[in-house]
Amino acid sequence: MCLAIPALIRFIEDKEAEAEIGGITRRISLWLTPEAKVGDYVLLHTGYAIDILGQEEAEETLSLLEEIARLAEEKG
Amino acid sequence: MKFISEFRRPELAEGLISQIHRESKTPVRFMEFCGGHTVTIFRYGIRQVLPPTIDMVSGPGCPICVTANVDLDKAIALSQISDVIVATFGDMLKVPGSRSSLQEVKADGADVHMVYSTMDALRIAEDNPAKSVVFLGIGFETTAPTIAASILQAGEKGIRNYYVLSLHKLCPPVLRAILDSGEVKLHGLICPGHVSTIIGSHPWEFIARDYGIPCVVSGFEPLDILQCVDMLVAQVENNESRVEIAYRRGVRPEGNQQALKLMERVFEPCSAEWRGIGEVPDSGLRLRKEYQHFDAELAFDIEPGPTYEPVGCICGDILRGVKTPADCQLFGKACTPEHPVGPCMVSSEGSCSAYYLYGGGF
Amino acid sequence: MKDKILLAHGSGGKLAHELVERSFVKAFDNPLLAKLDDSAVFDFSGRLAFTTDSYVVSPIFFPGGDIGKLAVCGTVNDLAMSGAKPLYLSLSFIIEEGLPQSELSEIVVSVQKAAQEAGVEIVTGDTKVVHRGSADKLFVNTAGVGMISEGVDISGGNARPGDKVLLSGTIGDHGIAVLSQREGLSFSTQLESDCAPLWSLVAEMLSASPNIHCLRDPTRGGLATSLNELAKRSKVSIRIEEEKIPVREEVLAACEMLGFDPLYVANEGKLVAIVPDEDVDKILKAMRENRDGKDAVIIGEVRAEHPGRVVMKTCLGASRIVDMLAGDLLPRIC
Repeated sequence: MCLAIPALIRFIEDKEAEAEIGGITRRISLWLTPEAKVGDYVLLHTGYAIDILGQEEAEETLSLLEEIARLAEEKG
Repeated sequence: MKFISEFRRPELAEGLISQIHRESKTPVRFMEFCGGHTVTIFRYGIRQVLPPTIDMVSGPGCPICVTANVDLDKAIALSQISDVIVATFGDMLKVPGSRSSLQEVKADGADVHMVYSTMDALRIAEDNPAKSVVFLGIGFETTAPTIAASILQAGEKGIRNYYVLSLHKLCPPVLRAILDSGEVKLHGLICPGHVSTIIGSHPWEFIARDYGIPCVVSGFEPLDILQCVDMLVAQVENNESRVEIAYRRGVRPEGNQQALKLMERVFEPCSAEWRGIGEVPDSGLRLRKEYQHFDAELAFDIEPGPTYEPVGCICGDILRGVKTPADCQLFGKACTPEHPVGPCMVSSEGSCSAYYLYGGGF
Repeated sequence: MKDKILLAHGSGGKLAHELVERSFVKAFDNPLLAKLDDSAVFDFSGRLAFTTDSYVVSPIFFPGGDIGKLAVCGTVNDLAMSGAKPLYLSLSFIIEEGLPQSELSEIVVSVQKAAQEAGVEIVTGDTKVVHRGSADKLFVNTAGVGMISEGVDISGGNARPGDKVLLSGTIGDHGIAVLSQREGLSFSTQLESDCAPLWSLVAEMLSASPNIHCLRDPTRGGLATSLNELAKRSKVSIRIEEEKIPVREEVLAACEMLGFDPLYVANEGKLVAIVPDEDVDKILKAMRENRDGKDAVIIGEVRAEHPGRVVMKTCLGASRIVDMLAGDLLPRIC
């Protein structure tokens, strides 16, 4: 695949950042996401943030899935 | 929102599963292009919860598996040069080339370092100024920009002993090659998630348009895959074929422009050799002229010797989606994760390894 | 250079004697060792368990422990997994020349502490020093003997259909804590190795019920490998539930990052027990009352069909096979 996981940006120093991944921290590179801000969740692949994750999009997807689950329950 | 556990909620999975069962009428075959998807599908037992109308086949989306022996032999030849440190992602260590693997040459004394990131490889180069560090640049569009960034960083920092063996592969051209061969009939394509994070969803449009195959980009959590299958089923049942995204939090239609810019600054497309598929035009990346002094193939004189392919191994057919691991005579007998014959058994996201470890037929 | 271990420290001459008497005999103070005879001599009657293991961890100091503590716990735990009360240990050091004496002293102190905690005595030992590059700082070998009480019969072949599978706590802590220190992978975490001697836990489990069928400490190869060994030895299948297996957030995160499955990551202070269904409640209660078993849970059961297989129910309700670890755990990017 190209293993990539969500990481939360804690501090930014030039083109690098300290990111938290569920209780562990690691230095990551922001070369591919220069617009990333502290507090953003990024997708981390081999030490590089390859994108900023969309909070809104994630929530929209989940509410859609919740709706599907509700529908499934109604239809039995 | 932590972006992981939310996408593993069993009650939401149940909803999707029952919707898929309700709506899937036409017998279909979907391909998951990406090895990461294959792993999620097996790890969570997704095939078992899908209706019998849906047949899933695995595609060639594992950069380790599709690396040809001729390229592996180059990496091994580089490791034999004195004062060369080969830095590689852990995935590559066990893959057998024509005669040996990086793991074996390391045991014989070659200086092979496993790294998690090119950032670590650059550090090794800085710490060992008297040696040359060759990074094995494997990976699809997801990884290539990180390698490009490492080359630009080496340039900025004046690190002169860092080289890259560029074995990168590009996904859309190989999909076109597979579809053009007509060997496998597909009714839907699960498009790779993190490749699409970089390139966006537009590059898949030719598949929906020219081949009439529904395409949905998926993430790697179980809910992502189920949602993707559900969206593919809906397209099939409505006689549609377009590109959709089931991984909107991680993929935008236009991709990551900054990453694409860096990749294009450093690399240019070239023809590449894919295991089991052969040479595919414009499906590889080589360093552009301005960055050629980082190119390991140009910097070192290597003679990898003749290439051999393991006898009886059908990894090539499996990578094209024509056969499954169960069709291979070696599978589970001569070829196991402990004693792999072909790369699909070595790479943890190879189809054979996933079938074997997670019990494909169970 | 005075504070470094030299080849002469392993020569059998004066420096060697100095090292043994000043560092080891003093730290491990006990009458059997103090005699400094060629072997430790002691009386014994009853059933004896005897085990040995070598320790080559890198780095030798890691969060939550070091190679010395690991060597004591590892061997004590191997005895405990046979239901044996650990009594005596041997301790051999193979030292790469140049190791700072201060580091050796620190390790000796932690050996002593771990031995005291586990209730064992270090009664014999050996020291060799090898040329630079012939070892990685320090290798340790320990052997141990322990005593098995009447009526206790614990073996990997004893699992029976209907038995329950217990796990003493979170998995993967040791493997990830050590990995976090490895060059090239560096990430930081508060996570510590779970390295601990498990005899007191086993003793309390045995006093709750002597009918424990199997015990294993899932060290290298992790829980998945231990369960596979038990399923194969007992010719049964083991069915576990993914959601029941406790994993710390940090371990999960590191595994996601490096492409590992926590089921295969090493533990040094956990055990898995297979016990008869009728005894499971009292054994679980005894485990939860012990410091090293406070997070104990039932993770599955033993079945007759598909002998030799470990099958896991996933969070989607589907099943998948859990195989043994093949080769090394290597971090991967895809």
